[in-house]
Amino acid sequence: MTTKTETAAPARFEDLQPLMALMTGDEKHDVAATSTLDALWVLYDRVLRVTPDTAEEQDRDRFLLSKGHGPMAYYAVLAAKGFIDPAVLPSFGGYDSPLGYHPDRTLLPGVEISSGSLGHGLPLAVGTALGLRAQGLTDPAVWVLLGDAEFDEGSNHEAMAFAGAYGLDRLHAVVIDNSSATHGWQGGIAQRFAAEGWSTATVDGRDHEALHRAYTTAHPGRPHVVVARVEPKYS
Amino acid sequence: MDTMRERFVDVTTRLLDEDPRLAVVLADITAAAFEPARERHPDRVVNVGIREQLLIGAAGGLALSGMRPIAHTFASFLVERPFEQLKLSLVHQGVGAVLVSAGGSYDNPAAGRTHMSPGDVALLDTLPDWTVHVPGHPEEAEQLLRHAVADGDRNVYVRLSNHQNAAPVPVEPGRFATVRTGSRGVVLAVGPMLDAVLAATEGLDVTVLYAATVRPFDTAGLRAALGERTDVVLVEPYLEGTSANEAHAALADHPHRVLALGVPRGEHRHYGSMAEHLAAYGLDAASLKERIATFLW
Repeated sequence: MTTKTETAAPARFEDLQPLMALMTGDEKHDVAATSTLDALWVLYDRVLRVTPDTAEEQDRDRFLLSKGHGPMAYYAVLAAKGFIDPAVLPSFGGYDSPLGYHPDRTLLPGVEISSGSLGHGLPLAVGTALGLRAQGLTDPAVWVLLGDAEFDEGSNHEAMAFAGAYGLDRLHAVVIDNSSATHGWQGGIAQRFAAEGWSTATVDGRDHEALHRAYTTAHPGRPHVVVARVEPKYS
Repeated sequence: MDTMRERFVDVTTRLLDEDPRLAVVLADITAAAFEPARERHPDRVVNVGIREQLLIGAAGGLALSGMRPIAHTFASFLVERPFEQLKLSLVHQGVGAVLVSAGGSYDNPAAGRTHMSPGDVALLDTLPDWTVHVPGHPEEAEQLLRHAVADGDRNVYVRLSNHQNAAPVPVEPGRFATVRTGSRGVVLAVGPMLDAVLAATEGLDVTVLYAATVRPFDTAGLRAALGERTDVVLVEPYLEGTSANEAHAALADHPHRVLALGVPRGEHRHYGSMAEHLAAYGLDAASLKERIATFLW
């Protein structure tokens, strides 16, 4: 499957599970439950203005996967959208594979950051948004995805407070909340962002229409966070 | 004479006018001095507050977006506190920034251990491909800062200090300069240590090399300076032994000796002045003379 051929049908959400199975060797289990799958799909399918052909353009939208672990859903979406060749998916985790258990931006086209250690993506996204603003590029959006347990890392709080105070309105965060933070977030994650001046939405992370509405909500003058709640990791 | 840190503000303010790719990220330290630059370039002079993980993360993001970032604060908060950000938000992303520190190892000992960063260069040695400049005079600081900003997208550390030499040395970035020649070995003085080394070696038959750039280490320069005696004394204004591995590697094919002098590793629980600390570390001219002479004679 070469997704860039003109006759190929557009990829569908249903195409992701077989792509993920190429990495896991597992046709039935776990893959559909991946917490980030729906949020990533809706972003790449309907929101982000970036394609394999524009992945190096300076005015592209940027998506930064901060929560770098469990990247199969990300790789599957990138394969479905033509950024990476599905033929490499079975090499996942291999010595010469470009697909590690955490992504490396220098090995994969379309991957904006190398991640794995938690708490680096939001500060990098802040800097990217600052850099685009400084270059007069007020149109491209910067998106960063993190997890509710990743939110434990203090570096996120440095970046969240600054971005809100600074009014970095081209910055967008998606927090996948599968209730995996050891001590939880009493009162919810969104209120932390709201207290720092962010626009917020909390939605069902499996509801594609709700995700799309939350992603495309106007938020003039403020950064925007979408908290996507999914089934608990530990139940 | 101005300080290196004052020169940094002046030079960077001018460079911001000239180079639209340049951006400066601050974490409150020196922010007041950069206020005129921020007023002229509000999108390229950004003070993130007392948030050093964000300081480096934002520098990484700026570099990812195509800018040439300078990040600045005291050495202890620029290198030690956000060290993983240096490793991952810069190096692992494959992007570069210019880190400009102030305070060094002992500039303000009355502030205590929290404001001393003798381990900064040694920490950077655990990462690949850093250039490290340790100027000894504001003139050198200006030259090396300009070089660092224009040095492609490399990661460059510029270590500024209130400890400085009376006069600048004409330096070529990356090359050791020969200040004095002799036959009984080489003393390599790094940055602000030069004046004390010159005083300590007055009348001694030794070659004095001067390094305002320590990484990459000028292996060829060191080898060329050695005669039959392959004895080397390193005098560094940060953790003792930081460049010992480099010196040994440079001379791996010769029987040789290396004496590495610098700031001792132990906690030194005294306040006081820079001069008192240099004496306590054995880095004042009198102590250096005794240690160098004992080693070489």
